[in-house]
Amino acid sequence: MSRQYKLVSCTINGKQAEKMVDVRASLTDMLRDDFRLTSVKKGCEVGECGACNVIIDGECFNSCIYLAIWADGKEILTLEGLAGPDGELSDIQQAFIDETAVQCGFCTPGFIMSAAALLNAGREFTDDEIRRQMSGHLCRCTGYENIFRAVKKTMLRRLGKEKEAEEV
Amino acid sequence: MYDIKALYEAESIEHAVQLLTEHPGAQIIAGGSDVLVQIREGRRAGAELVSIYGLDEMRGVSLDEEGAVRIGSLTSFSHITRDPIIQKYIRVLGEAVDMVGGPQIRNIGTIGGNTCNGVTSADSASTLFAWDAVIELTGPEGVRRLPIHEFYIKAGVVDLRPGELQTAVIIPRKSFAGYQGHYIKYAMREAMDIAAMGCSVNVKLTPDKSRVEEARIAYGVAGPVPMRAHSAEQAAKGRAVSEETCRIFAQAVLEDIRPRDSWRASRALREHIAVVLAERAFKEAVRRCGGETDEQTV
Repeated sequence: MSRQYKLVSCTINGKQAEKMVDVRASLTDMLRDDFRLTSVKKGCEVGECGACNVIIDGECFNSCIYLAIWADGKEILTLEGLAGPDGELSDIQQAFIDETAVQCGFCTPGFIMSAAALLNAGREFTDDEIRRQMSGHLCRCTGYENIFRAVKKTMLRRLGKEKEAEEV
Repeated sequence: MYDIKALYEAESIEHAVQLLTEHPGAQIIAGGSDVLVQIREGRRAGAELVSIYGLDEMRGVSLDEEGAVRIGSLTSFSHITRDPIIQKYIRVLGEAVDMVGGPQIRNIGTIGGNTCNGVTSADSASTLFAWDAVIELTGPEGVRRLPIHEFYIKAGVVDLRPGELQTAVIIPRKSFAGYQGHYIKYAMREAMDIAAMGCSVNVKLTPDKSRVEEARIAYGVAGPVPMRAHSAEQAAKGRAVSEETCRIFAQAVLEDIRPRDSWRASRALREHIAVVLAERAFKEAVRRCGGETDEQTV
């Protein structure tokens, strides 16, 4: 059978995008190869490690087990979309640096996108809820505690609880 | 790139049936969290796929004209958990599917995929068995419905005929009216793990909460397919709500289950766990019904 392609129109990080994609491509393939969004990491490629996590229509998905053709009509957000117009880091990215939640960095974009989805809910989560929301990721360096702290501090700061954030 | 021979995208349920009839060797792909992994592993490499992921008509939870809860087969686990109808009538199903994989998996995984796999460890399956769920299938001959225990034929094999796809999972009103349930997943990790055993219990008490009017219990990984423990159900029926009933109920499951040894857990461990889970899930289901077994949890 000859190669099969499909035109995919979607919004990526706020910009309208259109691309002919091979039907065999995963969304990771499309985002990395066609759009050079290399924050989307190829880790396990079977949906276990969360390194390829992106936000699609407000929910987190492992883009490695998501067919690129399914992105048609969707709104996709990757880590690159969190930064400001001149590349200024967002609060959650800065918090990962401040809390040393990054060591080798391979799992970081995926973790930050799960954190972004949690923060977008705009409410306070319990420690258990935060751990659960972040449980679809593997980090082999940090031991997770610094990641947890970065997420919790940012959540509290966004809710105007500066003092509580300092005590985390 | 995935090793996919060809991919056909269905635009409606009728179109899906047509595509499946035209391509009898094709595999249905819903959310893909199993199918794509199997392609990656090589088990389904070179597959022809019919994608039904775009069929929004198969998403969502509703109450049908008979008051039954109808779950579209493409409804994701996270949407089931958050759904107000599920929370109101079958809370335990929302809790059970909230134990599948991790957050991202629960956003892509569908209840239809979870049941069409025919896998005994599926977190939705034991609860659907315990609530006498009905599977709706749509094919070239139209729609047919069958009880979930008839849908599962053997490990990995379900009664999905040529050209058919599963379109809904239905929980009849008489299955849930007056019942409360509890599901326990026994696994090594809190996330991204497959159940070594899953146990789902639901009970209905008499109006004064003193007796068990009916108790139902189903297991995942207690046999090649999810199964009910009918001896235990019979043993508890009509008995007083008490610690003794709880013990009798839990011990009786051993007459029904037939777990095996696997690298995840031995047969002996599974038999032990089955009794403990039955006891704990029964107590919690009774508590949710407003009843109280005399002593506190072991």
